[in-house]
Amino acid sequence: MNLSVDFPPALILFLGALLVPFLKGNVRSFYVIALPLFALIYILRLDLGNSWQFYIFSFTEDPVEFLRVDKLAKAFGIIFSLNAVVAFIFAFYVKKATQHVAALMYIGGAIGCVFAGDLLSLYVFWESMAVTSTFVILARKTEKAKGAAFRYVMIHLVGGLLLLAGIVLTIADQGGSIAFNGFDFATEQHAGTWLILIGILVNAAVPPISAWLPDSYPEASVTGGLILSAYTTKTAVYALLRGYPGWEPLIWIGCIMSVYGIIYALLENDMRRILAYSIINQVGFMVCAAGIGTPEAISGATAHAFCHIIYKSLLWMSAGAVLYRVGKSKCTELGGLYKTMPLTLIFGTIGALAISAVPGTSGFTSKTIILHAAETQHLFWPWLILEAASAGVFLHAGIKFPYFVFFNVDRGLRPREAPGPMLAAMAILSFLCIFFGVYPQPLYDILPYTVDYNAYTWSHIVTQMQLLLFSALVFFLFLPMLKRTPTISLDFDWFYRKGIPPFTRALDKSLNGVNAAASDFFLGKVTRGVCNFFESGASRIAAHLMTPIWALQGFDAKQIEEQQQSLFKRAKRGAFPIGVTAFLAVILLGLLSVIFLLER
Amino acid sequence: MEPEKKEFDWFDRPESRRLLWRLLIGACVVSVLAEVPFLFDHGRHGYFGIDGMFMFYAILGFIACTLMIYAAKWMGKVLKKPENYYGDPEEETLPEDIDESIR
Repeated sequence: MNLSVDFPPALILFLGALLVPFLKGNVRSFYVIALPLFALIYILRLDLGNSWQFYIFSFTEDPVEFLRVDKLAKAFGIIFSLNAVVAFIFAFYVKKATQHVAALMYIGGAIGCVFAGDLLSLYVFWESMAVTSTFVILARKTEKAKGAAFRYVMIHLVGGLLLLAGIVLTIADQGGSIAFNGFDFATEQHAGTWLILIGILVNAAVPPISAWLPDSYPEASVTGGLILSAYTTKTAVYALLRGYPGWEPLIWIGCIMSVYGIIYALLENDMRRILAYSIINQVGFMVCAAGIGTPEAISGATAHAFCHIIYKSLLWMSAGAVLYRVGKSKCTELGGLYKTMPLTLIFGTIGALAISAVPGTSGFTSKTIILHAAETQHLFWPWLILEAASAGVFLHAGIKFPYFVFFNVDRGLRPREAPGPMLAAMAILSFLCIFFGVYPQPLYDILPYTVDYNAYTWSHIVTQMQLLLFSALVFFLFLPMLKRTPTISLDFDWFYRKGIPPFTRALDKSLNGVNAAASDFFLGKVTRGVCNFFESGASRIAAHLMTPIWALQGFDAKQIEEQQQSLFKRAKRGAFPIGVTAFLAVILLGLLSVIFLLER
Repeated sequence: MEPEKKEFDWFDRPESRRLLWRLLIGACVVSVLAEVPFLFDHGRHGYFGIDGMFMFYAILGFIACTLMIYAAKWMGKVLKKPENYYGDPEEETLPEDIDESIR
């Protein structure tokens, strides 16, 4: 048993979060920045190969490994904690503790997932993320946030159950081993691995199980949305890179995601919802890279995830700063903000250029590795779709977002520039976007596999600029067609928000109708009939038998009725004359004797 | 009356917009011209053949974006719904994560 002194970095955030409610004001704001900073430093000094494992379950072959340090885990751990530091700088103004506690635990869960060395510890952290992120959404305390959080947690609990079912089946299939390394596409395809894959894809926001993301993130608070945007989907990307490299269906799933995200982002009116769909588009590139599965693709996806978290957070920050100052997030209500929020515009534009992979930004040095991996594997159609999607990114996130928020028409909004801490956070991320754009080597050094890739060839710069500039040309040529409307767009959540309520109503009508009819019939009619039969059945039969006899005796109708009434009364009281009782008893005995004799 | 500070409104002016248009078209032209030297050097290296074609990426960007805009427009006819489609209650006041001074 290898027990080193290193402990899982997630513990820093889990335990540290518990102290947050006891701190006040600026002390708390500094504390929540210091906590992930401490985690970042701790992760940076973790040695490769270290682990923290012990045996807790008797049914498993291997020890449970809450810490596995390798390059892949470390790269994700670094960016997760780094992003958290900057996000909490941005969130300096937040005065309530609840959101901070939930957010720290959520980030801790994500860091726990990437350092989890086996399926069981992965599952534990995975579920903790689902629960804590729900509280991050709820922290906005609006009715819409409550509804979205409810739908969000339902989807994630279902995803978690699929994951758990898959894990159980896979452990059985692996002969009790809980190992979580790469599953081989050729030999390890079975119900277990597929269920785990589906569970992961729920968190990666793959259509048709993607609608939870644009439904819930934009309903979270200014900082809640910012924090959520980085972790759940990227943890899923990590899990795919770890467990499913080279699973070919992922190539096509990634392609679908990248185009789906663009089309919906183009349809959207809400700026934060545009960014939410843009996450799906970007994660599509990473999922595709996991499907390609070559060392270059895995490293490319890791680099892309790293840079994506930075520039996507930057975009959420600029949108968040606008929302904070204006209180509106719809393109139809925004515009002309460049006049009073120029710094937010500049930082947001740097993020927009980075996501579009403009040369000189981090998108150009990271995303293009994935495209290069597709080229070297001669995957023509996936490559073409991703190139087209790269052009589309510039369209929806690179130009549409800044244009409709900061330019377009002046709506008379004159908000103040974003507060200092928000600008500081945006400045840090803007710096990183450009830094990794012009000097990507520090990033390449932490990737899981050595990358021999140079983005800055003359032909690459020229072709990339052609792609982007002609996309920009299309944007402005078709601007009238892109005019925003105050609408929402139906997504797959329609099925459980609109489709299922009539469905449940139909079930209610039909099944509960059957239930009511059955209740009416069996409880109302059959039971009463049986009761009546045993209460007065005998006397009724007797009355029926006696009526012809009374008639023969010459009684008229009125007398017969009197006789019947007296018979009923006597039957109820059990008071028949002894003679009649004795006579009937003799008949009964006679009948029994006959039956007895016949039986013999 | 206090004299109003002159506002920076450069991007709203029609002449600025005309200039930006010219800059964009100029940049497109330059990006295509920058590819010309490759023609004299046995063309650009491509992985699939077609991507080595002159102006391939410019054409790809133009066509892909046009198609996506039309696809979005066409899908929007079916998918776009009024904002209160799901019957979510509208908030009376701004949530507490918004700047206090405008709440």
